[in-house]
Amino acid sequence: MAAHSAVLSMSKIINPFWGGRLGNTVKVFGTTLTSHRNKTLLTPPPAKYGGRHTVTLIPGDGIGPELLNHVREVFRFSCVPVDFEVVNVNSALETDDDMNNAITAIRRNGIALKGNIETKHTMAPSVKSRNNLLRTSLDLYANVMHCQSLPGVQTRHKNIDIMIIRENTEGEYSSLEHESVSGVVESLKIITRNNSLRIADYAFKLAREKGRRRVTAVHKANIMKLGDGLFLQCCREVASGYPDITFDSMIVDNTTMQLVSKPHQFDVMVMPNLYGNVVSNVCAGLVGGPGLVPGANYGNAYAVFETATRNTGKSIAGKNIANPTAMLLASCMMLDHLKLYDHATMIRHAVLKTMNETRLHTADIGGQGTTSEVVQTIMRIIQSGGQLTTEL
Amino acid sequence: MIIQGPHETCFHLSPPARADATFRVTMVPGDGVGPELMTAVKEVFKAGDVPVEFEEFHLSEVQNMASEEKLDQVLTSMKTNKVAMKGKIHTPMEFKGELASYEMRLRRKLDLFANVVHVNSLPGYSTRHNNLDLVIIREQTEGEYSSLEHESVTGVIECLKIITREKSRRIAKFAFDYATKKGRNKVTAVHKANIMKLADGLFLQSCAEIAQLYPKIQYENIIIDNCCMQLVQNPYQFDVLVMPNLYGNIIDNLAAGLVGGAGVVPGESYSAEYAVFETGARHPFAQAVGRNIANPTAMLLSASNMLRHLNLEYHSNMVSDAVKRVIKQGKVRTRDLGGYSTTSDFVRAVVENLRHRPAN
Repeated sequence: MAAHSAVLSMSKIINPFWGGRLGNTVKVFGTTLTSHRNKTLLTPPPAKYGGRHTVTLIPGDGIGPELLNHVREVFRFSCVPVDFEVVNVNSALETDDDMNNAITAIRRNGIALKGNIETKHTMAPSVKSRNNLLRTSLDLYANVMHCQSLPGVQTRHKNIDIMIIRENTEGEYSSLEHESVSGVVESLKIITRNNSLRIADYAFKLAREKGRRRVTAVHKANIMKLGDGLFLQCCREVASGYPDITFDSMIVDNTTMQLVSKPHQFDVMVMPNLYGNVVSNVCAGLVGGPGLVPGANYGNAYAVFETATRNTGKSIAGKNIANPTAMLLASCMMLDHLKLYDHATMIRHAVLKTMNETRLHTADIGGQGTTSEVVQTIMRIIQSGGQLTTEL
Repeated sequence: MIIQGPHETCFHLSPPARADATFRVTMVPGDGVGPELMTAVKEVFKAGDVPVEFEEFHLSEVQNMASEEKLDQVLTSMKTNKVAMKGKIHTPMEFKGELASYEMRLRRKLDLFANVVHVNSLPGYSTRHNNLDLVIIREQTEGEYSSLEHESVTGVIECLKIITREKSRRIAKFAFDYATKKGRNKVTAVHKANIMKLADGLFLQSCAEIAQLYPKIQYENIIIDNCCMQLVQNPYQFDVLVMPNLYGNIIDNLAAGLVGGAGVVPGESYSAEYAVFETGARHPFAQAVGRNIANPTAMLLSASNMLRHLNLEYHSNMVSDAVKRVIKQGKVRTRDLGGYSTTSDFVRAVVENLRHRPAN
């Protein structure tokens, strides 16, 4: 905090001489220090009263609002004891007030379910990605994605089962860029020892808990010797504490090639931010597309659930053709996190049954069904399972 | 670390699927007019085809029907059903060796830390202040009700009031979450921190800390003496009130008196897992036992709140609309609201007013 103000006051002196260029550098320091400040705010008790939980809901843009409405419908129908606090974020505005409201709401409730908030490239570069702001403010350092082939979906490769753990707060997504010399932009990729150890630890703990045999670290340490080298070194250090789990590493270009030709060699993968983005999208494509895979962002105190590939889906918004599977499976992950295992299993079973047995597919996986038809079928399967429900 | 995963194996304490769709609710009628009020609720539920089944337990300290096994039975039942309706279990005034009453022990074992009394003026029954809409949230497990008293020196009693940071934060968060959920604008903390600087000071500090997480809700505080005076002069300035145990007891009863008395205001108690529905101002009203004069409005409105908690919106609205219609019509009123009808007359009127399509 003191450092932040010191740098700012220094910039005020230096600014007149250097024009606008160093001004950007000062903002550079501002972003990293903010995340430290927010760590000291208190973590309130969980929002569970009378057996009912409160969860923040951020509809986002594109297909987010309609899919989250379907989630709410299914929850209400199955009498799930979860109340949603809806916080709208208008991505067209330049200020971050809406986003700060949303972040405060997540701090209060501890858990959120969100759609993707659009980041327009056409807006000024000072308007940073809202999704990224959420992840760094709440220190949601681990993004977990479990890619599993679904038997009812036609894909080139069958029986894929890969877990991808992606560092979610630093790396190439630090939003630290500046133009010291006109026409020359420096974009900083930050790798820290602490965060790398933290994510490696998370990956190995998760692998052990799920009974997985192998963890593969994905990197480009032959080129970024210090950056990715540090990441790899931290992974090796953590691996030495887990002798029952094999650890190996693979360069990211080779990884993507192996993923599309022989994906069954992979078990659990851990990697920094940008490679995580690329690899998770590749894996989502392998199992059937962005409409099928749920994702979760975990921190020490908060958890936010969304679709794995974070697509806004603007081109299919409002047309009733989006695939609700990913969002519904993400809501089941949220119910598991809230320890409502019965409800989670019930909804998950209904979603997978619709996908695999009735073969009611939406357009993205080659079918003719609409979103509402799929959701109605899911609700009918839940009702036939004998669970307490309200009227259809 | 938060690491979770799907648990496909059987992990539940109660069966997940119920094909007959009846909800089980624990019922503890309590003392005084409690049993009569519970009979009223059961009659109305039967007439309205409400899919709720009651498990009754008669726990009473004054009638010598209380014992540890009974208390355990009630607790087990409540832990299974998670929802309960109860009347007041009267605490005898004489000290018989146990400082904590059965009701307090029930609350502590279930950790029912929040008591919510929603004070609403009844349409059709006018009092000195009409159109009142006030919520009183009271911390229910510590404060002056800690049951810690001792006599170190003969003739000198020390009674300990306990205030903890954790519980104060918890009740403050409950109050603000309640306000957010119901769309309320203001939360006022009631205290006596000028006298109890450390105890009520800690309570105030916790409320202020939690208030920072709710920038859209206005936070104020008021001393208990001023609060009581303001409530009887101008109650409209308050929206949601949050306070420790004893002040809550007093303000609950005061506010209930503003809209018509103990027979009119419903209340509920929440813990993280359980919800208990009862009247707002808890009095056994022993003088009315057997005379058929008690007002069942509070218990019926509380039953309606319970149905809403169970997600039975249709039945909840049906019961509360019927009760409000009877009060508005003004023809059938019990003694405490100025009429001459009996409890059974009132219940009959409510049953007649239930706009319900019987299942054929």
